[in-house]
Amino acid sequence: MKLSRLSAPALLLFPAFLVLAAVVVVPLALSFYSSFTPFRLTKPESLYVFIGLRNYFTVFSSWDFWVAFGRTVLFLTIALNAEMLLGLGLALLVSKAVHGQRLLRTMMMFPMMFSPVLVGFQFKFLFNDNIGLINNGLQSLGLTDQAIPWLINGNLALFSITVAEVWSSTSVFAILILAGLLAMPRDPIEAAHVDGCTPLQTFRYVTWPYLMPFAFIAMTIRSLDVARAYDIVKIMTDGGPAKRTELLWTLVGRTAYGDARMGLANAMAYFAIVLSILFTVYFFRKLAAARQQIGAEW
Amino acid sequence: MAPVSLKKLVKRYGALEVVHGIDLEVKDREFIALVGPSGCGKSTTLRMIAGLEEVSGGTIEIGDNVVNDLPPRARNISMVFQSYALYPHMTVGENMGFSLKIAGRPADEIKEKVADAAAILDLSHLLERRPSQLSGGQRQRVAMGRAIVRRPDVFLFDEPLSNLDAKLRTQVRTEIKKLHARMQATMIYVTHDQVEAMTLSDRIVIMRDGHIEQIGTPEEVFNRPLTKFVAGFIGSPPMNMDDVTVDDGKLVFATGATLPIPPKFRQSLTTGQKVTFGLRPDDLYPSGHGLNSGDAEAVAELDLPVSITEPLGNETLVFVGFNGRDWVSRMLNPRPLPSGMNIKMSFDLSQAHLFDLTTGKSLAA
Repeated sequence: MKLSRLSAPALLLFPAFLVLAAVVVVPLALSFYSSFTPFRLTKPESLYVFIGLRNYFTVFSSWDFWVAFGRTVLFLTIALNAEMLLGLGLALLVSKAVHGQRLLRTMMMFPMMFSPVLVGFQFKFLFNDNIGLINNGLQSLGLTDQAIPWLINGNLALFSITVAEVWSSTSVFAILILAGLLAMPRDPIEAAHVDGCTPLQTFRYVTWPYLMPFAFIAMTIRSLDVARAYDIVKIMTDGGPAKRTELLWTLVGRTAYGDARMGLANAMAYFAIVLSILFTVYFFRKLAAARQQIGAEW
Repeated sequence: MAPVSLKKLVKRYGALEVVHGIDLEVKDREFIALVGPSGCGKSTTLRMIAGLEEVSGGTIEIGDNVVNDLPPRARNISMVFQSYALYPHMTVGENMGFSLKIAGRPADEIKEKVADAAAILDLSHLLERRPSQLSGGQRQRVAMGRAIVRRPDVFLFDEPLSNLDAKLRTQVRTEIKKLHARMQATMIYVTHDQVEAMTLSDRIVIMRDGHIEQIGTPEEVFNRPLTKFVAGFIGSPPMNMDDVTVDDGKLVFATGATLPIPPKFRQSLTTGQKVTFGLRPDDLYPSGHGLNSGDAEAVAELDLPVSITEPLGNETLVFVGFNGRDWVSRMLNPRPLPSGMNIKMSFDLSQAHLFDLTTGKSLAA
């Protein structure tokens, strides 16, 4: 077929298709294919051995994987809920500010400006058991005379990572919920006051239903991070101590690049992506329902 | 069911005072309209009564209680907002029953009261809908329904018809009037539309720049305006007004046109005095096409040129050139009048108004 016989729209779109295929479709297909092979980076020829679903069976029967999986879900549940509550609180406080609200809004976004890697280093230092600010502060205040092993004890380490994650991502919630608060009409709130609501009831029955879609937007965005909870963990603990803070993606990274078992790692990654998509779909549904409920026109 | 009493009520935003110590006694079961141009403080006053704005000075009493420091929920009032202010996530029924739910009333009582209110407002078939599925007129009826289910002491309306189109406005206006007859409650109604104020209320409060200009029945404020401002604000089309100088039994206009001094002012005016002369369009008409108020001697006739006409069917507004500008007149039993034609106009001076030039106060005793 001669190129000139293609219709003009097809011809014009062709370069775009080409670029997309090169940077998205081909790598995606290749990685998906490799999850059905015992591909190791050190043995390139293993890419051509087809082993069917064996990698997936290995993943599903691996205790380490399920522990990391469960921990990831737990970590995200705690982190997302904490972020939502803190973000809501921050947004409510900032929305009440009479002066300097712009400044506060900008400051609220600071954590989003830092690379998660830097956040990881910062919190690694803060939580250091010998020279960290946190232990130093606690000891100076006389709350403890021990050096609390924040990043060495397994449970404390996961807690410390959660704190770092919450610190860096609360602003996503805060910004979106604040946007909702600022866009919210005043009249229904005043109507609720006249209708007999206490401030708490006004929030519960009027403000919160209105803010819910905004919270779900933030949730949807953050749920994609199920597939991204990597950098902070990598820096702060690298999955340690003794794999106590291993999350899905640190496990995938270790399997792929540490153990060089690319095929197996891809199988894990595809499973993690499915999980991430499920989260996103779930929150999207909630978002759509909440939007419809408040009769939003967007 | 309670009287409302405002005493020396003041509202300040920082250094800016927007309501300057107004006094108003609203009787039990009375329908009062607060009317005035935008920025006159009428909405602020209403919001202070509702408890949505803090009171800077003076007192508000509902019934026998000073409510200055009570939150809105403790005042037993209902309010209907211009923007309807419905709760978008609740159905019509839930919107209407919300205040009762908050008050912790049993579900079947709420259902019954909502059904009653819905029947009054013809909303029974819409109870399951959400506000976003309703038209503007229906939304405003829901807002009224929400107000009436509680049987409050006082109803407050903040320009409830402003967002509706002209036809709906007339309909809902009638419903509000019916509602008042039915509920027998005190109602305070804010509007910038003098027609709404005239048609609905027992008494009208005309406000301007944070002061009350006049309080009176629709008939009083129309026929006996106390100030030039009220005379110009109430009535449509507005009163014709111009400044005149009194000279030897005549009123002399700036262009030299003259009219006799209206009979009731003959004793009180002195030569050289400057006043504002006002005559409503109803009292200025092509001779033979108006209602003479009885005192034939008080009617002055002048030949004036027609500039334009606005036919309304049963009557025509005729603009005639007088004293260098167009004066509006109302022609009953109209017939076509070509522009530029000179016609004989009757000035019924028994109905004329005179106002002090500097204070704007009416000179009628």
